[in-house]
Amino acid sequence: MTNLLILIPLLPLLGFVINGLGNKKLSNGIISTVASGAIFGSFAISVVLFFSLKHSFEQAPIVVHLFDWISFGNFYVPMSFQLDALSALMLLIITGVGFLIHIFSAGYMSHEADFARYFAYLNLFCFSMLMLVLANNFVVMFIGWEGVGLCSYLLIGFWFTNKEYTAAARKAFVMNRIGDLAFIAALFMIYQNFGSFEYEQVFKVARTFSADNHTITIITVLMFIGATGKSAQIPLYTWLPDAMAGPTPVSALIHAATMVTAGIFMIVRSHVLFNLAPWTMDLIAVVGVLTAVIAAAIAITQNDIKKVLAYSTVSQLGFMFLALGLGAYTAAMFHVMTHAFFKALLFLGSGSVIHACSGNQDIRTMGGLKKHMPITHATFLVGCLAIAGIPLFSGFFSKDEILAFAFDQQPVLWIIAAITAGLTAFYMFRLYFLTFRGTFRGTHDQEHHLHESPASMTMPLVILAVLATFAGFLGLPHVFGHHILEHFLNVSGNVLNLSHTAEIALMIVSVAIAAFGILIAHYLYVKRNLVPASDATPKAMLYSLSQNKFYVDELYDTIIIKPLHFISKILYSGIELLGIDALVNGTGSFAIGSGNTLKHLQYGKTSFYLFAMIVFIIVILFSVFNF
Amino acid sequence: MFLLALVVLPLVAGLLLAGSGNNNLPSQKIALGFSIAIFVASLGLLCNSGLDQSVNLNWIPALNIKFSLAADGLSKLMIVLTTLLVPFIIATGNSQNKNNHVLYGLILMMQTGLLGVFTASDGFVFYVFWELALIPIYFITAFWSRDENRINITLKFFIYTIFGSLFMLVAILYLGLKANSFSIEAIYALGTSLPLATQSWLFWCLFIAFAIKMPIFPFHTWQPNTYVASSTQGTMLLSGIMLKMGIYGCMRWLLPVVPMGVKEWQTLVMILCVIGIVYASFIAIVQTDIKRMTAYSSIAHVGLIAAGIFAQTPEGAMGASLQMFAHGINVVALFYIIALIARKTNTRTMAELGGIAHQAPKFATLFMIVMLGTIALPLTNGFVGEFLLLSAVFNFSGVLLAFAGLTIILGAIYMINAYRAVMYGELTEVSKKFTDLTTGEFYVLAPLAALVIVFGVYPAPIINLVEPALKALAGV
Repeated sequence: MTNLLILIPLLPLLGFVINGLGNKKLSNGIISTVASGAIFGSFAISVVLFFSLKHSFEQAPIVVHLFDWISFGNFYVPMSFQLDALSALMLLIITGVGFLIHIFSAGYMSHEADFARYFAYLNLFCFSMLMLVLANNFVVMFIGWEGVGLCSYLLIGFWFTNKEYTAAARKAFVMNRIGDLAFIAALFMIYQNFGSFEYEQVFKVARTFSADNHTITIITVLMFIGATGKSAQIPLYTWLPDAMAGPTPVSALIHAATMVTAGIFMIVRSHVLFNLAPWTMDLIAVVGVLTAVIAAAIAITQNDIKKVLAYSTVSQLGFMFLALGLGAYTAAMFHVMTHAFFKALLFLGSGSVIHACSGNQDIRTMGGLKKHMPITHATFLVGCLAIAGIPLFSGFFSKDEILAFAFDQQPVLWIIAAITAGLTAFYMFRLYFLTFRGTFRGTHDQEHHLHESPASMTMPLVILAVLATFAGFLGLPHVFGHHILEHFLNVSGNVLNLSHTAEIALMIVSVAIAAFGILIAHYLYVKRNLVPASDATPKAMLYSLSQNKFYVDELYDTIIIKPLHFISKILYSGIELLGIDALVNGTGSFAIGSGNTLKHLQYGKTSFYLFAMIVFIIVILFSVFNF
Repeated sequence: MFLLALVVLPLVAGLLLAGSGNNNLPSQKIALGFSIAIFVASLGLLCNSGLDQSVNLNWIPALNIKFSLAADGLSKLMIVLTTLLVPFIIATGNSQNKNNHVLYGLILMMQTGLLGVFTASDGFVFYVFWELALIPIYFITAFWSRDENRINITLKFFIYTIFGSLFMLVAILYLGLKANSFSIEAIYALGTSLPLATQSWLFWCLFIAFAIKMPIFPFHTWQPNTYVASSTQGTMLLSGIMLKMGIYGCMRWLLPVVPMGVKEWQTLVMILCVIGIVYASFIAIVQTDIKRMTAYSSIAHVGLIAAGIFAQTPEGAMGASLQMFAHGINVVALFYIIALIARKTNTRTMAELGGIAHQAPKFATLFMIVMLGTIALPLTNGFVGEFLLLSAVFNFSGVLLAFAGLTIILGAIYMINAYRAVMYGELTEVSKKFTDLTTGEFYVLAPLAALVIVFGVYPAPIINLVEPALKALAGV
């Protein structure tokens, strides 16, 4: 039974191989069936294992050993997988949401010539993510960790004739690699200090360390830097908004089910270490909340439907890191889950919208889509309500839990997070109103073309909408009942010390903030019917700062990329060509000079070299004899 | 005797082929067939991973020099790498060259030099093979290249390496004469017992020879020009196999010989290696010629291998072994890819290329796999070695790791830039001439790409092969 576990990553890998090799030979129907079937198979196995083994892996993880990957002397890295509550939860999210994205893609990408390549990459992406969560040691986790980086690179640059897209893909890969260097350094330190890469062993030894130990602080900071790359946090977040260059369902996959959740998963997986590093935890909380608020401040002025969603992802990830930093691991995972549902829903919904608008992504030329696309509209609205934190929708519960933790431990963090929540409600409903309400602002031709998407696209939307609505009941606040997820995950972190009255008061405040954000959006974009000004119009400084993403890309360009090229050029033209080589040539000028006089002797005469060699040998033999 | 036959037969075949004077022979096919047979035969060595197949003949009794060859796991790895790559190197060539019989004869002769270096268990024999390998490659790079400056460039390469080898010769003669035997056991026994001052100068004599061969910064300036000017086959021989002579030399003829000398200079050498990694990676970023870029990337990779060796940990030695094998496969595949691009489009300038992925999906896929191997993505052959090497550098010094680790980032930058420039974007006029792989080309590149994945997923055969040998070397 447990051996079925191996099939979970293997099926998508198989799908990748079939579609990768069958490129051009297989029909679209077969390609999408193979790819979706593979991931559905993984999903089905995940569900079966989840229910049949739930009770046993709550005691101890179930480990399946495939083979010894790197093994010599004391160095041991097995290719082994591990099923426990945490990986089981991630499996269900990845394969479940992943499957819906595959189904949606079959419709969305049906006009694409490179259909097989697309689905092959999609399967590979799921494979990598499954490796990441199933690993039973840090090195196998690193396979998945780098694998999702590769797949995002391949998918962001899917339309490779466009140089801008491939530049975005490169940016994603390189930024991830910056984080990976820190992560790999953390792995070496783990191995050096705990003598193993395997989780169980590492955590067993780590538990004998005292809190605030320097080594563990450095290890956790390095791991966190790795997480900032993968999960798009300050300072390595700028790749994620650019990542929307890829096909829209890919954005759903990157932003919701896979990739960006990797950093959060990794920290929860290593929570034993992080619990011992309060300094790192504070750092994580601060970086998380800052990322959340800055990304939200950028999202409020963006006019590209996918860009708004992209910054909302960065911001929501910030919430998750805030939760991690507060030791609220369950709340972080809870938000990972609800976010997976509503963000996949929103991104696929935006795909449906873009599909209807013939590729247009600018919300200024949309509007009034409600009557043309009733299902997309209804499900998108659910997504917006969920992310805005309206009660009963899933986002409300998960976000509220994080806010409660913040209030409990550090009210300043709570204030910033609450402001962010208000901004979130505002920009999401700004997006919603501009897209679906009012009247259509595009051309007549475009309006004629508006249509609801086919069932293969709307069906996943409906399922995700249901999940985005009800998933919150898995983590009810204590005042209302049982936190199923907390009980299930059973991760030892901090606990909430709030009275029931305080909990309820906080809820009321956060609902009020969300409602306020929505009302402002309603006032501006429905009541006053405003449309954001064109890019050329001069704007107030703050507005312009936000719209230009606080010029962070330009900043990185000036302080990192340009100097890097400058140094490279100096090293090459200055030191390599003029310095070292000139020195070598100078030293060798005697030899080359004498070589020139003997030129006529040399060319084409092998014997000369052998002769010279023998002379040399004899000379040296004599000199050594006299030693 | 099997080992002796394995080492000597290519020389015999090469001499016969070159000496035939017959330009009409299907020389490439003959050499290919022969080298494949040698490869298959060499697999026979893998039956066990212990030390075996010794040859021990009296050669120069006066100086107690014996022609002795032996192969432990490390040697066997290098033998198989050589015999595996030579057929590929032969297959990538042109069957229409003038004087093909000489060219392929020289390649086979060179194989003997290489195999001899990897199996010699007598210092003098090691030196002879070391130089023997140089002569064919000198002619291959000097006469089968189309570069205008080839004579000057190869002369510089030749003088540079000879210069290094002479230091090595001094060291070997000193050790052999003083021990009154050139056998490796005698040299180990003597070398380890010498005082620090003597070990130090011996260290430098040997190190300079090996450092030039690899090359390690700042002894590398012959390398980019030579790689770029050489014919594809010359570049492959140099980068795929010959530079491993230097690495192998360090592992077999330096670290165990003068351990105190190594300890004394370890920090300096480690720093040089790491400077080389960062320096070459930076320079690779601004290259416009993809072949020159690959040449610099090779300096960076070799710098890491050397750093791993000089860290002197089990991880470093294992990582170096794995990475030698991986680098051999990857760099030969890369230079083949570059040759295909240059042959089909007449340019290697990245700015003129673009959009080839559209035109040639098979080529795009295989190039991608090789690229991923080069940037050491997990589950490709480059990863396990690089991971172990970096861990060895970390064990030596966390600060050095911070610099050496930059290869992870910079390597991704220049490789992805190159791939993007050549394969992505709109199809340029020049790139239109690129047609996808022919069946023949596919069957050269595809097996190499397959090896990239096979040894990334399952490196155990290599690990198990070399582990006892590395243990023995470390225990000396």
